[in-house]
Amino acid sequence: MSAAERVEARQGGPGSRRRTAQGGFGEPRPHPVAYAVLGLGLVVVVSPFVWMALSSLKTEGEIRQVPPTWWPEAPTFDNFRELFARLDFPQFFGNSALVATAVTLGNLVFCSMLGYVLAKSEFAGKKLLFRVVLGTLMIPGMVTLVPLFVLVANMGLVNTYWGLVLPFLAAPFGVFLMRQFFLGLPDELIDAARVDGASEARIFVQIAVPLAKPALATLAIITFLGSWNNFLWPLVVATTEEKYTLPVALALYSTGQNQTDFGLLLAGATVVVVPVLIVFLALQRFFVQGVAMTGIK
Amino acid sequence: MSAQAALRTGAHGAPVRSAQTAVRRHPPLYRRRTLVAWGFALPFVLLFLTFTAGPVLMSLAMALTDLRSRDLRSPLAVDFVGLENVRAVLADPLFRKAAANTAYFVLVGVPLTLCLALAVATVLNSGITRLKTLFRVGYYMPVVTSIVAIAVVWRFLLHPDVGLVNEVLGWFGIDGPNWLESTTWAMPAMIAMATWRSIGTLIVIFLAGLQGVPASLHEAAALDGAGAWQRFRYITVPSLRPTILFGAVITGIGYVQFFEEPFVMTQGGPLNSTLSVAFQTYNQFGFGNYGYAAAMSYVLFVAVVLLTLLQFRLLGERDEPRRRRRRAARDIPEEVGP
Repeated sequence: MSAAERVEARQGGPGSRRRTAQGGFGEPRPHPVAYAVLGLGLVVVVSPFVWMALSSLKTEGEIRQVPPTWWPEAPTFDNFRELFARLDFPQFFGNSALVATAVTLGNLVFCSMLGYVLAKSEFAGKKLLFRVVLGTLMIPGMVTLVPLFVLVANMGLVNTYWGLVLPFLAAPFGVFLMRQFFLGLPDELIDAARVDGASEARIFVQIAVPLAKPALATLAIITFLGSWNNFLWPLVVATTEEKYTLPVALALYSTGQNQTDFGLLLAGATVVVVPVLIVFLALQRFFVQGVAMTGIK
Repeated sequence: MSAQAALRTGAHGAPVRSAQTAVRRHPPLYRRRTLVAWGFALPFVLLFLTFTAGPVLMSLAMALTDLRSRDLRSPLAVDFVGLENVRAVLADPLFRKAAANTAYFVLVGVPLTLCLALAVATVLNSGITRLKTLFRVGYYMPVVTSIVAIAVVWRFLLHPDVGLVNEVLGWFGIDGPNWLESTTWAMPAMIAMATWRSIGTLIVIFLAGLQGVPASLHEAAALDGAGAWQRFRYITVPSLRPTILFGAVITGIGYVQFFEEPFVMTQGGPLNSTLSVAFQTYNQFGFGNYGYAAAMSYVLFVAVVLLTLLQFRLLGERDEPRRRRRRAARDIPEEVGP
């Protein structure tokens, strides 16, 4: 059973009945204490989000009240209204969406092509290529920050969308994930197509890619959110407001003189976080698959 | 699965029974396939060489010179200084302070995150079916959230007067400190935040690993009278060793590069008590000391590698498997030979 299948089984997909049957006698009954412990932990983990959202609806006066209130006494959208008046949020939102979409599409195409040949083809230099690409996963981001900036500056791409997108189009993580997935496809399938005279390109497009949809979905979501939340590089490359992404706009606004406008800042944080959480909640199983696919085996 | 594949690919000319053997007997086909494969790899490789491998090498070159930002216009004025930068970095009291802070963060943060995640995953795996998705999704939420938004929320949470943390501590009669302004408490606050932010990934990894622990082992041990803790200690933990190692390695790699939390929360303060090596590197780049900063980033890289090796030592496979692995490692190079 592959990791992905196990995950599916756990979520009550096909095969979950078999697992419960296996569980039978040996598995201890869930203790009420187990639920209590997990519930307490969950409250600790989730309450910052709840508090953020609720406090963004409070007036500045209520936010500064001691002791703090939990539920807003007079819910108001004033914080959001003022924030949108001060900052061009639709522009930042559009920038974030454009950059994240471009980065995601690039990774889907380039990483799956390389991942496919690394898993399903024998060729000279394959081992070296895989090791070099994987080896860079351990190199701290700080190592490349300045040379990369110098490079992008020399290409004249500072404060452009290209400058925000190009350095992230080919990420080693994606290659690793796609290779791990393609390794799980039966060799016979590919070999049969080869014997039938199909070209590698055709096998890739018509056989491998359609079968890899779950892995591609996982890669797409992980890459998209990674890009959406990316912070340091856009902060360095985007120098004027019309190229800011959401995190950069919020970061620059939240330092300096606005540092204590809690109401506005919490409204900003809510605007940045809520769309991501909605996407995550809708597609959460793909994250689990991604972690399981790259993490185990 | 991957080890098997690696063996197969590593064994050029070895008598491995697979479809690939046939290919190698026909060099023209193998050559053509190499060409096609590199065609597939080309777009990625070009981008990778330009935007990853190139900068890594450029950074290495920088580390060995006295390059400063003003030298970028006249690169010929730059001198090769060898390991002088590394020596200067290691002698710098501010770097030592940052290194001590980073070590504190890693040595407390990694075990704490691992233990909490393992505890939650084990409880989640103890036959809980209802609400399981809710728990997993809830614990994973911080992972997908922007650090900038997290920083805003946590600065508010940790506020000495109107923050939720001190309010809750107050219920138990504890007078909470001014977290981010205290040289003692700023780092624990960073560690708590990092743990909160990273625990979700590890829980998912451990849950996947726990699925592989055979239920029959637990049943047998339970019949022999082993309690829940004994079963956890002598069955779950040893079976999960490779997964724990993987979790420790990815958490360690992330924590050694500890940068975003101080960058958005404290700017390394108060009095440099949350200054990390990665943050100090960033500052030195900002000051234009490129050679010096690049050398520091490579010191950080070496630290990442050393920590990973140490974790493999401490948590890697034991006894039987290790001997078998060594023998396998000895065998592979012989097969690779001409």
